[in-house]
Amino acid sequence: MALTTKERMAIERHRMAEQPPDFRNRNFEEVPYGYTPEQAVAEAQRCLSCKKMPCVSGCPVEIPIPEFIALAAEEKFAESARLIKTKNVLPAVCGRVCPQETQCEGQCVRGKKDIAEAIAIGNLERFVADYERENDLMEVLKIQDKNGLKTAVIGSGPSGLTVAGDLVKLGYKVTIYEAFHRGGGVLVYGIPEFRLPKKIVEAEIGALEDLGVKIYYNSVIGRLYKVDDLFHSMGFNAVYIGVGAGLPIFLDIPGMNLNGVFSANEYLTRSNLMKSYLFPEYRTPMIVGRKVAVLGGGNVAMDSARTALRLGAEKVTIVYRRAREQMPARAAELHHAEEEEIEFRLLSSPVEIFGNEGGWVTGMKCQRYELGEPDESGRQRPVPIENSFFEFDCDQVIVSIGGQANPLITKTTPDMKVNKWGYIEVDPWGRTSKKFVYAGGDIVTGAATVISAMGAGRRAAKAIHEDLMKESDETFTQGWW
Amino acid sequence: MYEVLERSEIFNVHKMVIKAPEIANSINAGQFVIIMGSEYSERIPLTVSDWNTDTGTITLYILEAGISTLELARMKVGDSLYAVTGPLGIPSEIKHYGTVVLGGGCYGIGGIYPTARACKEAGNKVIAIIEARYSPMFYHEKELHAVSDQVLYATVDGSRGRKGKVEDVVTEMLEKGIKIDQAFFMGCAEMLERCSEATRPYAIPTKVALNSIMLDGSGMCGACRVSVGGETRFACVDGPEFDGHKVDWKELHKRKRAYAEQEIVVYQSYSHECLSEKKLRGEL
Ligand SMILES: Cc1cc2nc3c(=O)[nH]c(=O)nc-3n(C[C@H](O)[C@H](O)[C@H](O)COP(=O)(O)OP(=O)(O)OC[C@H]3O[C@@H](n4cnc5c(N)ncnc54)[C@H](O)[C@@H]3O)c2cc1C
Ligand SMILES: Cc1cc2nc3c(=O)[nH]c(=O)nc-3n(C[C@H](O)[C@H](O)[C@H](O)COP(=O)(O)OP(=O)(O)OC[C@H]3O[C@@H](n4cnc5c(N)ncnc54)[C@H](O)[C@@H]3O)c2cc1C
Ligand code: SF4
Ligand code: FES
Repeated sequence: MALTTKERMAIERHRMAEQPPDFRNRNFEEVPYGYTPEQAVAEAQRCLSCKKMPCVSGCPVEIPIPEFIALAAEEKFAESARLIKTKNVLPAVCGRVCPQETQCEGQCVRGKKDIAEAIAIGNLERFVADYERENDLMEVLKIQDKNGLKTAVIGSGPSGLTVAGDLVKLGYKVTIYEAFHRGGGVLVYGIPEFRLPKKIVEAEIGALEDLGVKIYYNSVIGRLYKVDDLFHSMGFNAVYIGVGAGLPIFLDIPGMNLNGVFSANEYLTRSNLMKSYLFPEYRTPMIVGRKVAVLGGGNVAMDSARTALRLGAEKVTIVYRRAREQMPARAAELHHAEEEEIEFRLLSSPVEIFGNEGGWVTGMKCQRYELGEPDESGRQRPVPIENSFFEFDCDQVIVSIGGQANPLITKTTPDMKVNKWGYIEVDPWGRTSKKFVYAGGDIVTGAATVISAMGAGRRAAKAIHEDLMKESDETFTQGWW
Repeated sequence: MYEVLERSEIFNVHKMVIKAPEIANSINAGQFVIIMGSEYSERIPLTVSDWNTDTGTITLYILEAGISTLELARMKVGDSLYAVTGPLGIPSEIKHYGTVVLGGGCYGIGGIYPTARACKEAGNKVIAIIEARYSPMFYHEKELHAVSDQVLYATVDGSRGRKGKVEDVVTEMLEKGIKIDQAFFMGCAEMLERCSEATRPYAIPTKVALNSIMLDGSGMCGACRVSVGGETRFACVDGPEFDGHKVDWKELHKRKRAYAEQEIVVYQSYSHECLSEKKLRGEL
């Protein structure tokens, strides 16, 4: 029976049950357990089905949010998940990793006064997608007749997987080339198991393979084949580049090459992709730090810090140049990190890392910062305070201050335009300056989000389809005459 | 995929010929692959010492150094490797230099072969110098002779060629006034440093194939970073070959020892596994 607005308003937001902080900080299991069906229904009933749908305007891929929530309220969980999938092919992933507080939930009318009272859109998205997968209700998608055209996708991150899914459904033969031995991109090598269980990504990749997508692992494009080879010797009609941002940035300060200094990419790849948290069963070694310092304030920094803790560190400190409010990490990650007693040294940045005879990190010297004038992005710029240095002991430093474009492909494709930072230039639909070559995700935008990478993939798939159909019509007419 | 087609061993160096037609088709001298024996393995870099585009195979020489190389050494013909990624790294710069010296130790004896062959094809005079503890430990000699104008030997015990190491042969040549236009060295980091020191006083252009610890091999992690001429470079994508006179060797040696403790732990756990396996089979 339908509830009145008043009744809906009276229901409080349902929080997901979680592993307690002092228990979860030593294991790699997922932190929140997820909703029960009853909780999901009750949470869904809080939604007011607003006519203007402000939540939808906050969603980068415009998921029909009130509609999927209404289906969940009626316990039609699998239908709800399928509705989301018309816009977002990885709801189980996005429900867990999207920055909802700045997207859908940030716009929700029920969160106007207090964001913590917004409808838990992410939690519901996660619940219905998990429900569909765990109960084997995943729909085998219909694919159109093969159209005889071949497309190559470079990289199996969220943007590459989206393009592949869309194109295979349209009847293309799709081949993915992935550099690593496993697919999923950052979802697998970057984001830890305790935040995104890998079996979810595996299930999605399995579903794509069932549709006929062929994935070649261990294939570093730019080295094994050049983009031109994909057209000329391999006969592809279009190529999509979704290789992510990739290259780590290190600071230009003394001590950066000491043992115990890692890029977050290395640290997380060892732990997640290579499973060194299961060393020695898995052979890739990992050095367990006692006192670990993590540089940065984004999701990557939170993931590194929380991984260090779970690997056995006694103390983990986040060192960030700006203030707490300016940290780009998702609210949930910051909250979890704080609960797990990760220390924050804000408005501080290292100027030197100290080492011993053997070349190992022993500590670091930082400078304090204060907030100055706002910069172009509107954020107050951090300015160093003169002579305000402090030192502290640490035996590991994880650098997660951002990434750079990996030049492996762009350098071997000189006729494709890149901007001054090396990111690929595209039109709004993902077309690069090279004919029949498309790009999207972090290699175009720089480090961004899973959902924006997927959105870019979806637009590029449309562009590829449009361009190839036009081309084949022309070829057909030419052939006819 | 990646089936092992041929195996043999010369002391603790293991030859492995692997089916990898795509790699065989696109590889060039000086490049390497990253290998995982099984799903549980570490990713380790290995130089491709030869390849055949007709049979679609690549040849590796693997020096048993620890757990990963040991696990590879235990693989037999018919087994398959879990992952072979490549080609990686920038190929050796091949041009007409004049006289080229290529020095190889341990896995470098096989590893220098493709560069020697390419240098020969580019019209250079090729002198290969290879070192080992004693005479029976040399391998891949026939092939090396076929592409070299001269192959010189050095052994620690003097059982073949000059008593000593590659750098001793190089120094002797330079002292005699033999002109070297370009030198390439491949082997353990200590050998690379000693050879670079040998050519430094004579300002011979010297390239060394560095072997820092690697993980992805495509530039995304920075594990392999080395300091060359005061700059941080990633050996997997900017190298592996660098100017031997500019490498910060002290740093490289320290970085290579980063996992020494874990290497022992994993080795012990492996021996333990082997013992239990044997016990299960009733062999102990
Ligand atoms: C630790 C971490 C945590 C994050 N947390 C969040 C979060 O909570 N929420 C969120 O929205 N976003 C998060 N992000 C950002 C998000 O993961 C990325 O924006 C997104 O994954 C980009 O997708 P992509 O498809 O463009 O590239 P990627 O996911 O980077 O995938 C690129 C793929 O291409 C492969 N590749 C690279 N080069 C080649 C080549 N030459 N040949 C073949 N294959 C190649 C790579 O191996 C990789 O598999 C996080 C990122 C990191 C690193
Ligand atoms: C570009 C390059 C080409 C190489 N070519 C060959 C080759 O053709 N044949 C050969 O036998 N060896 C080669 N090596 C060295 C080889 O990769 C290491 O011997 C191997 O990784 C050792 O692994 P392990 O587990 O058996 O030994 P471990 O016990 O783990 O380590 C033994 C030694 O190997 C080094 N090492 C360990 N892990 C790595 C790693 N992931 N990457 C690089 N070095 C590591 C360590 O510094 C240590 O000193 C090459 C290395 C590089 C970087
Ligand atoms: S804004 Fe909030 S309450 Fe309104 S429809 Fe969207 S989710 Fe429901
Ligand atoms: S091995 Fe990761 S960047 Fe070189």
